[in-house]
Formats: sequence, structure tokens, C-alpha cells
Amino acid sequence: MDERRPDEMTLDLIEPEISVKVLKVIGQKSSRKRILDMGLTPGTRVEVIRRAPLGDPVEFKLKGYNLSLRKKEARTILVEAPEQVPE
Amino acid sequence: MAEKIIVALAGNPNVGKTSIFNAITGSKQHVGNWPGVTVEKKMGKRVHSDVEMEVVDLPGTYSLTAYSLDEIVARDFIIEEKPDIVVQVVDGTNLERNLYLTTQLMELGVKLVIALNMSDLVLSKGVHIDEAKMQEYLEVPVVSTIGSTGNGIHGLLDTIIERSSDKRVYGNTFDYEEDIEVRAEELEMILEKDPYFAHYPSRWFSLKLLEGDENILRKARGSESYPKIKNVLDNLDPDSFESRIADQRYGTIQFMLRQVCDINTSHLSGSDMVDRVVTNKYLGIPIFLSLMWAAFEVTFTFATPFMNMIDIFFAWLGEVTVSLISTDWLSSLIGEGIIAGVGSVLIFLPNILLLFFMLSIMEDSGYISRAAFIMDRVMSRIGLHGKSFIPLIMGFGCNVPAIMATRTIEDSRDRLITILVTPFISCGARLPVYVLLAGAFFGRDAGVVIFSLYALGILVALLSAKLMRGTVLRGEDAPFIMELPEYRIPTLRSGIIHMWERGKIYLKKAGGIILLGVVGVWLLASIPVPGSGGQFASGDIYGTTSSLLGAIGMLIEPLVAPLGFDWRIAVALLFGVVAKEIVVGSMGVLYGAGTNEENLAGILAAGAMSPLVGLGLMVFVLLYVPCFACIGVIKRETGSWKWTLFQLFYGTGLAWGLAFLVYQTGSRIGLLS
Repeated sequence: MDERRPDEMTLDLIEPEISVKVLKVIGQKSSRKRILDMGLTPGTRVEVIRRAPLGDPVEFKLKGYNLSLRKKEARTILVEAPEQVPE
Repeated sequence: MAEKIIVALAGNPNVGKTSIFNAITGSKQHVGNWPGVTVEKKMGKRVHSDVEMEVVDLPGTYSLTAYSLDEIVARDFIIEEKPDIVVQVVDGTNLERNLYLTTQLMELGVKLVIALNMSDLVLSKGVHIDEAKMQEYLEVPVVSTIGSTGNGIHGLLDTIIERSSDKRVYGNTFDYEEDIEVRAEELEMILEKDPYFAHYPSRWFSLKLLEGDENILRKARGSESYPKIKNVLDNLDPDSFESRIADQRYGTIQFMLRQVCDINTSHLSGSDMVDRVVTNKYLGIPIFLSLMWAAFEVTFTFATPFMNMIDIFFAWLGEVTVSLISTDWLSSLIGEGIIAGVGSVLIFLPNILLLFFMLSIMEDSGYISRAAFIMDRVMSRIGLHGKSFIPLIMGFGCNVPAIMATRTIEDSRDRLITILVTPFISCGARLPVYVLLAGAFFGRDAGVVIFSLYALGILVALLSAKLMRGTVLRGEDAPFIMELPEYRIPTLRSGIIHMWERGKIYLKKAGGIILLGVVGVWLLASIPVPGSGGQFASGDIYGTTSSLLGAIGMLIEPLVAPLGFDWRIAVALLFGVVAKEIVVGSMGVLYGAGTNEENLAGILAAGAMSPLVGLGLMVFVLLYVPCFACIGVIKRETGSWKWTLFQLFYGTGLAWGLAFLVYQTGSRIGLLS
């Protein structure tokens, strides 16, 4: 059902403590623009820090600061799949 | 003759902009609103080296897009009002993201000064920033500051003055990739020829057009050169331009930073370690709840002695006045009307000040965004943003500033829902009603009863939001994109300023209304019903059914009789619309207890009211029509009488329904009667 290339993933699927590179931000204009403004531009390294106690949102670290996004927003960010895909 | 300049303060949220503003302007500041919108505008004055500076605090923003009200306000001010100087407060510990805004301010062509804030923290992190190089690279003056201590403020002011008298326009402009530059130049040429755009910095406007900024496109559509503009834009993909422009801005910043400082992004900061505990999977929620509880306890325990002092003082003053004035009606007016009224305004001040002090600590320390992070799951369940949680918390202090705080919510639908449900969060002004009634009827369990009322308010607010999300305000959820700033030690100074600001708003907004209300009750209770033969302000008719007040109460009594309420409660509730705490004051008058709350509690407990009715009354007071000040703010923030009336009818309907349920169920099963 997912027609994405095997080396691409969405950010919401990345486990905590794993760091990945952003490829592209998809999704609606207003949220995409904000996500880009916050520094999630292609090529940026993002580390998944942790999920909130109730599972959502998720905390990330990029450009030396911490940002939180809901899984829903993280799903609009395409990233390079990490070396070992947690299975 | 002193010169006068306008200085605008810009910057990301959480960079210490407010503390810089406070350090510059001291106590000479006032809070207003941006014209046409409801974003708070803070202004202040400072005279330095014979130059008078009018300092305007712009809303904290990460960027200058058209997607948030705050960002539109900030950029419109810069474009329309053309401040002489824009100072961007930059968090030295987080240069990369902060400088993103700098690139946009520079494209706007403003005379920029950078206040490199938190320079103490930068050092302690072992990062070295070469200011001279940074200044050289950006072609913008850079001054180190420490907002919390006021260090570097003098130097900043000197630089502002120096820069404002410098007529040259300079500041580096960043170059984008070739094809972007070509398009930007084409657009710039079109814009510069059309006087319609004379107002706007053409490079900035061109880049915004290329980014597909809706607000700017709308402005462009009104011009005669629009077909030419459209011609340029038609041949490109705005989505890719938008992404590439953002990307290249960050690219330029990274390039500069490599020369200016040694960035150290990989090490674990103190904040990260704190967050390991504070937002921990298992500990996060218990810590959150205990902090809320602690804030609550401090607010109410610390306030008690002050409240007692105020109470004793005004009781004493009232008695002295009554004994000094021999004319009966006059002594009654002053002693029981005015002095009691002033007392009932001031008695809540300790609570309000302490609560805002606690909120300020949570905000300044950075915890409040963790609260939003932890609670977002719950809020998103009901279709709201974790940020909606913050105004709701503020609601515990006073609904009026809480409703004003909803402006941090970007999505207008989320914002409207938050405004509509915030009045169900039990504010400080409702507390005295609970304290009186729960104290009178539930003795040692009063605390539990009061806590349950707060919980009920939260429940009603959440369920109502969910209901509105599914019915009258259906739609997609707004995106959740929130920074978790580094923890900082909050300063006493900022806490006190914040507390005082809010205290002032309460006194100004509520003070007059409350006073009027109490005197109004006194008047209506003192004017005899025509034909009853009573005398104005005589003890015989005071507050009885022979008074005008009593007559009104009798008239509406049938409406509230199913809740177990009599005419006196009806009258007290009517006046509670003026401000909810007046319910206590008017009950004092109506039950013949005067200004003494202990007397009133005694009278009620002795059988003037059953505990069940007392409970229903508390539920009713929690939910029915909010106070006038609150209604005014709802109207202002929603900009619509329709939504304001909707809130009033919805709340009162709910209040009636729940109080009905309490009374009817309770009396059927013989509880608390």
C-alpha cells in the first residue's frame, strides 16, 4: 500500500534515540511552511528524543534545540530510513 | 530638545525578549491592543542620552509568514509604521534557528540591531561566539546582553542611538540560488515601477511572492501590474521555491556560524537531563499533577493571612464609619455599600497576585510548554491543541486574561472553541462563593467539595469542546509544532512585574464593576416598592420583599424554584453577572448578615439554606453567565455577538440543568437536605 522507496520513511515511524536526515516535507501548505521555518529543511539531521507520556506528541532535537510535533505532523516529513530498521 | 525615535523589539518566543523589554523600560510601560486585532501590544518609554525612545514589543515569532496572527502583526508593524530601529533579541545558545528570523528582518530592509541575549549561558555551555566576526558578516551591530540581570542594556541603548542617526542603509543581503535570484530580480523590477508597491521593500516582497505567501499575493492582486507578476509566477512551482528559500536561508546561516562560533549540538544539555524525568513516560503525568497541585496550594495557603487582614480592616472601617455618620441612610450607604464593596474587590487580590506569580514561574522556567507536551494527547482527543491547555490553566486565575491568552493559538477554530469553553474553568472570583458555601455546609470536607467543583469545571469545558468540535465547529485539527525551550531559572523581578501587571488589570477591569454592583445592590435593596409605605434606606425594608430588589427576585423565583432556589438566591445570581464574587456580597446583604462573611455562613448553616441547595448553587455559579468583564472579552476576542450569546445561553442552560439534577436527585434520595 505504500509506494515509497524502501530507503524512505516518514518521521513518525522512527524510534526514540535514532537520528535521521530529512528528505522532504509534504502535506498542507500552512503546516509545511511552519515545519520548514522551524528548520526541518531537506538535509537536516533530526534525532527522535522521546514520545510524550501518553504516546503522542513526539519530541525531536534538531539544530541544537528541541521541537515537538504530533505523529500526524511527523507523518508529513519524509526522512532517510536509518541503517538498521527496527523491526 | 530631545529627539524621539521608535524602537521595535522582535525575536523568537522564549529568548528573554520580555526581560530585555522590562530592563529597558522599567515601570514605564503600558499594555494595549494592536489596532483591528486582539494581539496584546506592549509599549514603554526610555530616555537615554537625551533621546526619547518609544519601545514597542512585537509578538514573539519564529518567522514572518502569513500563517499566524502574531507574525502578521509583527511584519505589518515593521512595514506600515517603519520603526527607526528594530532590535532583534537573539538567544545566543540557539543561534541557528534565531538567525532565521534575522535573515527575514534584513530582507525587510530594517535598521537592525542584534541583542545577543543570554550571553552568560552561552559561556557556561562552553560555546564561544565571535561577535566582531558576526557583526562583520551580517553588517549589523551586535551587542551582548543578559536580560535577567540587565547587563549590557546601556551598551544596547548606545548602539540603538548611534545606529538610528546613521543615515546609511546597510546590512548584508543573502543571495539565493541563481534561478531564484533571476525571478526575484524580475519581480523587483516590476514592483519598483509600480507606485502601488512604493510602500513595500521590493526584495522582501518579491521573495514572499516566490514563497507563495497568501497575504502578499492578495496585496499584489490589487495592483495594476498583477498580470506581469502573475506571468513570472506562473512559470514556477511555488512549493519547491518555498522549500528551497527556507533551505537556503538556513544554509547561509550555517555557513556563517561555522566562521563565527564553535557550535556544539551533540552534547546533552541540563534541560535534556531534566526532561528525562519531567516528561518521562511514567513520571511525567504524576509530576505534572503534583506541580499543579503545589501551585494551587501555594496560591491559596499563602493568600489566607493577607485576606484575613483585608477582611478585618474593612470590617473595622465599616463599623467606624457607621458610628461616625449620624444620618442613617448615608452611614448605611458608605458603611454597607461602598466600603464593603471596596473590601470585596481587594479581598481577592492576594489570590490573583499569587496565582499569576506561580503561572509566571511556570512560563518563565519553560515548564508550561512541557505541560502542553504532556497534555496534548488529552487536548487532541477533544480536537484542541496542547497550547489550548495553557489558557485553560490561566482560567483558574481569571477567565479574562485566560481568554486573552488564547491568541497564542494559531488556528482560528481552535481559538474560538478555547474561548467558548474557558469560562467553565473556575476562576478566582468564583472561589469566594465556594469558600462561603462549602465552609458553611461541609466543614472539614470543604476542600474536597471545592476541588470537585474545579474538576467539574474542567470536565464540562473538555466535553463542551468535544461537542462543539463535532457539531457547530467541525473541521481539520490545526498542526502541532511547538518548541520545548531550555529550562531557565525564573527571576523574581519578572514574576513580580507579571503579577503586578495582571493585578492592575484585575483592579481596573473588575474593581469599578464590583463596586458599582455592590452599591447597586444596596440601592435596589433600599428603594421601597411603590405603595409599600416603606422608607428609603430604612432598616425595615432593607433587602425584604418590600424593596425593589426583593420584587425582582420574587418575579424570577419560579424560574429557579425547580433548583431549590428562592428569590434571594435569584437576586444574588442576577448581581453575580456583574462579577461572580458579588454573589457573596449580595447574599450578605440579602440574608441580613451585612459585610461579615462569618455571620453569613452562620446564618446559612443555621438553616437559612439546605446543604443540598448550597451544592446546587455552587454548581450553578460555576457554569452560568460569566461576569461582564468576561463577556466583554469574549465579544472582543471572537468579534461576534452571535458566539458571545451562544456562550451565555449554552452556559446558563447547562448550569440550570446540572443544578436541577443535583437538587432533584438529592432530595429524592434524601441526601444533604
